[in-house]
Amino acid sequence: MSVQTLPSAGLAEGSRPVLLTDSGHKTVNRLTGLNIGVGIGALTIGLWLGVLQGLEHAGLNWYSYLAPGIKTYYQGLTIHGVLNALTWTTFFICGFFTYVVANSLKRPLRFPWINILAFVLMAAGLLLAAYPLFANLATVLYTFYPPMLADWTFYLGLVLLVVGSWVSGYGMYFTYGAWRKENPGTTTPFLALGALITMVMWQIATLGVAAEILFLILPSAMANSAFLVGLFPAIANWNTGSDPLLARSLFWFFGHPLVYFWLLPAYLSWYGMMPAQTGGKMFSENLARLVFWLFLLLSVPVGFHHQYADPGIPQAWKILHATWTMSLAFPSLLTAFTVIASLELGARARGGKGYLRWIFRLNWGDPSYAAQNFAMILFAFGGISGITNASYNMNMVVHNTTWLPGHFHLTVGSATTLTFFGILYWLLPKLTGKKLFTKTLALAQAWTWFLGMLLFANGYHLLGLHHGAPRRSMLGDAPYRAVEWTPYLIETVVGVTFLFISATLFFIVVFGTVLSPRSRRLAQPVEMPVAEPLHPGPTPKWLDTWTPWLAGAIALILLSYGPILYQLVRDMQWIPFAPRVW
Amino acid sequence: MSEPRQEPVPGTHHEPGGDAPPASDAPPQETIHVDRFEAAWMRIAAAVLAIFFISILVSAFASGFQVPGVYQRIDPTKLYEPGSPFADPGLRELAPGKYEAYIRAQIWSFTPNEIRIPAGSEVTFYTTSQDVQHGIKIQGTNINMMILPGQVSTLKAKFDTPGTYDFVCHEYCGQLHHTMYGQLIVEAEQVAAQ
Ligand code: HEM
Ligand SMILES: [Cu+2]
Ligand SMILES: [Cu+2]
Repeated sequence: MSVQTLPSAGLAEGSRPVLLTDSGHKTVNRLTGLNIGVGIGALTIGLWLGVLQGLEHAGLNWYSYLAPGIKTYYQGLTIHGVLNALTWTTFFICGFFTYVVANSLKRPLRFPWINILAFVLMAAGLLLAAYPLFANLATVLYTFYPPMLADWTFYLGLVLLVVGSWVSGYGMYFTYGAWRKENPGTTTPFLALGALITMVMWQIATLGVAAEILFLILPSAMANSAFLVGLFPAIANWNTGSDPLLARSLFWFFGHPLVYFWLLPAYLSWYGMMPAQTGGKMFSENLARLVFWLFLLLSVPVGFHHQYADPGIPQAWKILHATWTMSLAFPSLLTAFTVIASLELGARARGGKGYLRWIFRLNWGDPSYAAQNFAMILFAFGGISGITNASYNMNMVVHNTTWLPGHFHLTVGSATTLTFFGILYWLLPKLTGKKLFTKTLALAQAWTWFLGMLLFANGYHLLGLHHGAPRRSMLGDAPYRAVEWTPYLIETVVGVTFLFISATLFFIVVFGTVLSPRSRRLAQPVEMPVAEPLHPGPTPKWLDTWTPWLAGAIALILLSYGPILYQLVRDMQWIPFAPRVW
Repeated sequence: MSEPRQEPVPGTHHEPGGDAPPASDAPPQETIHVDRFEAAWMRIAAAVLAIFFISILVSAFASGFQVPGVYQRIDPTKLYEPGSPFADPGLRELAPGKYEAYIRAQIWSFTPNEIRIPAGSEVTFYTTSQDVQHGIKIQGTNINMMILPGQVSTLKAKFDTPGTYDFVCHEYCGQLHHTMYGQLIVEAEQVAAQ
C-alpha cells in the first residue's frame, strides 16, 4: 500500500493507517541522532575517567594531570557514574526507542513536539547537573545518599533528566495509541511492544527517586544555596534535613528497575534484531513477549536486595524481596535459551553443523553482530555474579566490595553498553547514510572490550571475594591495602589497558563515520534488522494487553513496599544534612 | 524428526524440539507454542531458582544466618549525651567470652579503631554514624553492615582463629573515606584459660 492511496470513502477517519513518510522518517532520525549524540558525548568523558580509576586502584594516580578540571578521585568517580550509568544509558535508550517505536509500528510520531520537548528537558537537565559536577560541588557519587548534600542544581538537573525521559515515553505512548486506533485487531509488533513495556516500567520505577529528591533532598539543597535564599529569603526555612533510611529505600525502589531499564533494550535487540543479523529467526516470539511482561511485573518490588546490609529494614521484608528477585532471574534464564536457539537457527541456515561447531558460523565478521554476541557472553558471567548478590546470605560476603564493580561492568558496562555499541554499528550508517568507519576498527573495538572486561571484571570479582577490598574507595592510597592484592590489580590493569584501546577505537569509529566525506555514502540504505518469528502463529490476547500486567505490577508493588514504606514514613526522623565532606 | 513447519527455514534440520506448529487457520489460541526443549529448560530454570531460594530460607531460619534488621533508632545529634552507649564506645564484657562492641563511625574514623578480644569470644557489634553514611566490613567474617545516622546496626560473630582482622569503611563518606578503618585483634590466649 502506498502512501498516496486515497482513503476509501467508507473508512472511518480513525481506522486509516498513517504511514511513515520521508518527512516522518526525518523527524524520527533527527531525534534519535540528537539523543544518542548527547549520550555518546557523555560517555566520551565517562569512559576515560573509568580508565583513570582503574589505574588509580593499581597505584597509578594520574589525577594531577586533570587539574584543575577534575580535582579528586571521588569527583571523577561521581562523574563516571552519572555520565555512564545515568546519562549515556538514558539518552541512548530514549533515542533508540523513539526510532524503534516509529519504525516498528511503521508510523510517524503522533506528536513529534512531545519528543522534542523531552530531548530539550533532558539536555537542560544534563547541562544543569554538569555544572556542580565539574565545579566539584556535587561529589556525592551517583547514588547521592543523604545526609551528604550537593548543590541544588545537581538534583534539579537529575529531576529534569528523569522528567524528560518520562515525556519521551509519553511521545511513544501517544504514537502507540494512534497506531492502535488505526490498526484494530492487529497484534503489536514485538519490537514496539518491548520498547513500550520498558518505558512504562521506567515510569513506575522513577517515582521512587522522584519522591526521594523532591521530598527529602531538594528543599534542603535549595535552602543551602546562598543564591536562592538571596532571591527568596523564605526558602531558608526549607532546610528540614532528611531520613537517610527512607531516602535509601526510595532510591532503591528505583535503583533495581533502573538496571532493567538498562538491560531490556539490549534484550530487545538480542531477541528481535540480532537473529536477523545472522540469518536466524525468533525462536519463540510469544515467549519473548511473555518475558517482557514478566519484567514489567517483577522489576520493581525487589529493591531491598540492595539493602540486605541496611539497619532498620525487617529481615522478613528482605526475604520477601529476595523471593521476587529469584523469580526475576527466571525470565532472564528463558532469554538465554530462546536467544541462543534463535541464533543457532541462523548459524545452521548459514551451513553450521554439529553440536557446537555451528557457533563458528555465526556472523562474527559483522561488528554489529559480534559486539552484541560478546555482550551476551559477558552478561552470562554478570548474571551469575548477580544471582550471588541477590542471595540474601552470600551477599554478606561481597556486599560493597570490588566484587560489585566487577559485576556491574559485565552488566550495564558490557551487556548494555557493548550491545548499544553493536546497535550503533548499524544505526549510525542508517542515520548518516555513510559506511561505518571502519568495519575492521569496529570489530577490533568489540574484541578489545570483550577481552578487557573479562580481565577487569574477573580481577575485581576475586579481589572483593578473597580480600574484601571495598568499592568506591581510592584503593591506591588506602592504608589497609595488602600485597596479596597485587596479582588481581595487575590483572585489572591489563584489562583497563584493553578497555582504553577499546574506548578510543569506539570514538574513532563514531566520529570517523559521522565526519567521513560524502564519498563514503552507502550504495544501499541500511534497514533496521527485524527478526521474523519462526512460527508466525497468532499471539494470544493476554500477551498483547496491558491491564492485567499493569494491575499485577502495581499490586505486587503495593504488597512488597506498601506496608513497610508506610512504617518508614511513620517513623521517619529528620536528620540534619552534613557539612561538605569532599 | 519434526513435522512440517508453516515456513520451513533453510538448514534448520536440527531444530530442537518438535511440537506441532499451530495450524495456520486455527482460531487465536490462549496458550502459546512452547518447544519441547524450551519447556524442559523452563523447568530446569525454575527448579534451580527454587533450590537457591530454599537454601536462602534454610540459612535464614534453620542455620540462624543473620543480616542486619530492625534494632533501634537513635538521634545522631545526641550521641555524646551521658548515658548514650556511643558517648564512650568500646568493648564491654558481658560474661567470659561474651562481649558487646560499640563502634561509632564519623568522618573518617571508627571509634574505637582497635579492639582486642581473646580467641573463642563471641562479640555483638553495635554501630551508628554521627554524620554521613558509612559501612563496616570485618574482613574474613560475615559482618558486613551499612552504618546510617539515625539507626543502630547490629550483628554478632564468633572469633575462633587468632589474628588481626581489618574492619574497613565500605561506603563512600567523603574525601578521606579510603583511610577509614580499624583493627580487631583476636589474641591467642583462649577464653577458657582466663
Ligand atoms: C573503559 C571502561 C571502564 C572502566 C575502565 C571503568 C572503571 C571503573 C572502576 C575502576 C570503577 C570502580 C571505582 C570504585 O569503586 O572505586 C568504576 C565504577 C563504576 N563504573 Fe565504570 N568503568 C568503565 C566503563 C563503565 C561503563 C560503560 C559504565 C556504565 C555504562 C560504568 C559504570 C560504572 C558505575 C555505575 C560505577 C560505580 C560508581 C560508584 O560506585 O559510584 N563504567 N568504573
Ligand atoms: Cu538489583
Ligand atoms: Cu567511608
